[in-house]
Amino acid sequence: MGEAVVTSTEPYDHVLEARRKGRPTSQQFIANLTEDFLEFHGDRRFGDDNAIIAGIARIHDLPVTVIGIEKGNGLQDSIKRNFGAVHPEGYRKALRLMKQAEKFHRPVLCIVDTSGAYCGLGAEERGQGQAIAENLMEMMTLKTPIISLLIGEGGSGGALALAVADQVWMMENAIYSVISPEGCASILWKDSKKMKEAARHLKLTALDLLGMGVIEQVIPEDDPQDFTEVYQQVQTMLYDQFQCSLQKPIEELLQQRYQRFRMIGIQ
Amino acid sequence: MLKKSLFRKPKNELEYQGEGKRQYPSVPDDMYISCPECKQTLLKAEVEENFFVCPKCKYHFKLQARRRIQLLVDADSFEELDAELQPHNLLEFPGYDEKLAAAQQKSGESEGVICGVADINGCRIALFVMDPAFIVGSMGTVMGEKITRLFEFATAHALPVIGYTVSGGARMQEGIFSLMQMAKTSGAVKQHSDAGLLYITVLTDPTTGGVTASFAMEGDIILAEPKALVAFAGPRVIEQTIRQKLPAGFQRAEFLLEKGFVDAIVERTEQKQYLTMILKLHQGGICRG
Repeated sequence: MGEAVVTSTEPYDHVLEARRKGRPTSQQFIANLTEDFLEFHGDRRFGDDNAIIAGIARIHDLPVTVIGIEKGNGLQDSIKRNFGAVHPEGYRKALRLMKQAEKFHRPVLCIVDTSGAYCGLGAEERGQGQAIAENLMEMMTLKTPIISLLIGEGGSGGALALAVADQVWMMENAIYSVISPEGCASILWKDSKKMKEAARHLKLTALDLLGMGVIEQVIPEDDPQDFTEVYQQVQTMLYDQFQCSLQKPIEELLQQRYQRFRMIGIQ
Repeated sequence: MLKKSLFRKPKNELEYQGEGKRQYPSVPDDMYISCPECKQTLLKAEVEENFFVCPKCKYHFKLQARRRIQLLVDADSFEELDAELQPHNLLEFPGYDEKLAAAQQKSGESEGVICGVADINGCRIALFVMDPAFIVGSMGTVMGEKITRLFEFATAHALPVIGYTVSGGARMQEGIFSLMQMAKTSGAVKQHSDAGLLYITVLTDPTTGGVTASFAMEGDIILAEPKALVAFAGPRVIEQTIRQKLPAGFQRAEFLLEKGFVDAIVERTEQKQYLTMILKLHQGGICRG
């Protein structure tokens, strides 16, 4: 893995880069995009999901709420984070902190990096579908600006649950899809080896999605191994965009958010 | 008087010779059906009269959307909306055109959901009913669009919405556009909700994936048919993930009731009455019935 990926036109190479071990996760993005980050825990209902790191911080002089899906750095941390597979309590923690952000007029930054919401007994028992559904509904009318930044994998409903936003941005090598290319190939063609073909057809790269009007920005990755300059650029972009959104009357912002999703895919 | 010899076993094979192939009395194919749950052979007319519920074990047969509407709403009260919307192969996904054509032929519908307005015992409602025969009610752009338009219509006309869900999940041939329907429909549900209007969902077998994670679980009141499978991740996906068999009854309506995710389980034969009672408790004088 490495620099060859950047110029690749093969969508599956983006999938590999998006999943690459060692690629910066939410922890690095939060540390580099914000200052004074304070992590807050728990959904106040069931427990605390370590697959989501959330809290409050500052971008320059602007207080923000930050919510990131965390895949983990290294094996121990990844196990603690359940490899970024979120349980319902994670989505409920996220919603709790978004509601808090609304109360204190703080913009919300969501950082998305997950292969999907967790598929397991506990997750189903505690209403994975209901938790995601509630986030989609509530985020659509959350009375504060929201930006979602997809930094790696954007896996289906589990990613969308943190991506109902005024703007959705993607790193150049991030992917966003309704299903993994492997899953798609195995369901459609009974052959998970055809994932490259599936990746091409799913149109899951940042550039494809920009062209289809699903996202607003692609953040170039000149060197996926070193995001130092990228962080500075994104920080400035976030600050400016939040300031711009904060100037708008909230009703206008919410109407635009609704229309943003209303018009996707309408030709 | 029957001959005794009728009941004796043939002594040797020779007795059959000359009879040719044994003829059984022929039954028209569509006269009887077998219940998948209790395996009883049932008179089809009897099952139909019983709202497609097995009279022996109460198994709820899969029901096509148009039949369901017919059984649910007041006679001749249904007016369909957006029937002309046709799905497209937005991503030019290989094989999808054929899949759509086959689904349209099988279901007789242009998409996997039928939307409209109707009366239920005199109460005016907006109604959407998903169709299991159309790629198991998978969520495509046009389905999302029809449901969104229905909610917008209901908000504009101050109507309650009743939605019957059945879905295998996302329609992956529409890629990200399929996913975006979850956000779009949820937004429309929220606007309807913020207008103070009632939304009732009835979850039917199976309701899974992106539909569960959006409008199916967003009702003010969530009902389910007995034993309906309701899940985010389907049982097979979970078994593959955790590598063990799931306990019996996992993700069935009764399980969701126990875990607190549905308000009530209502048998199909009782639904019209049950929905009417809810509607009348919400609308006061608006019901004409």
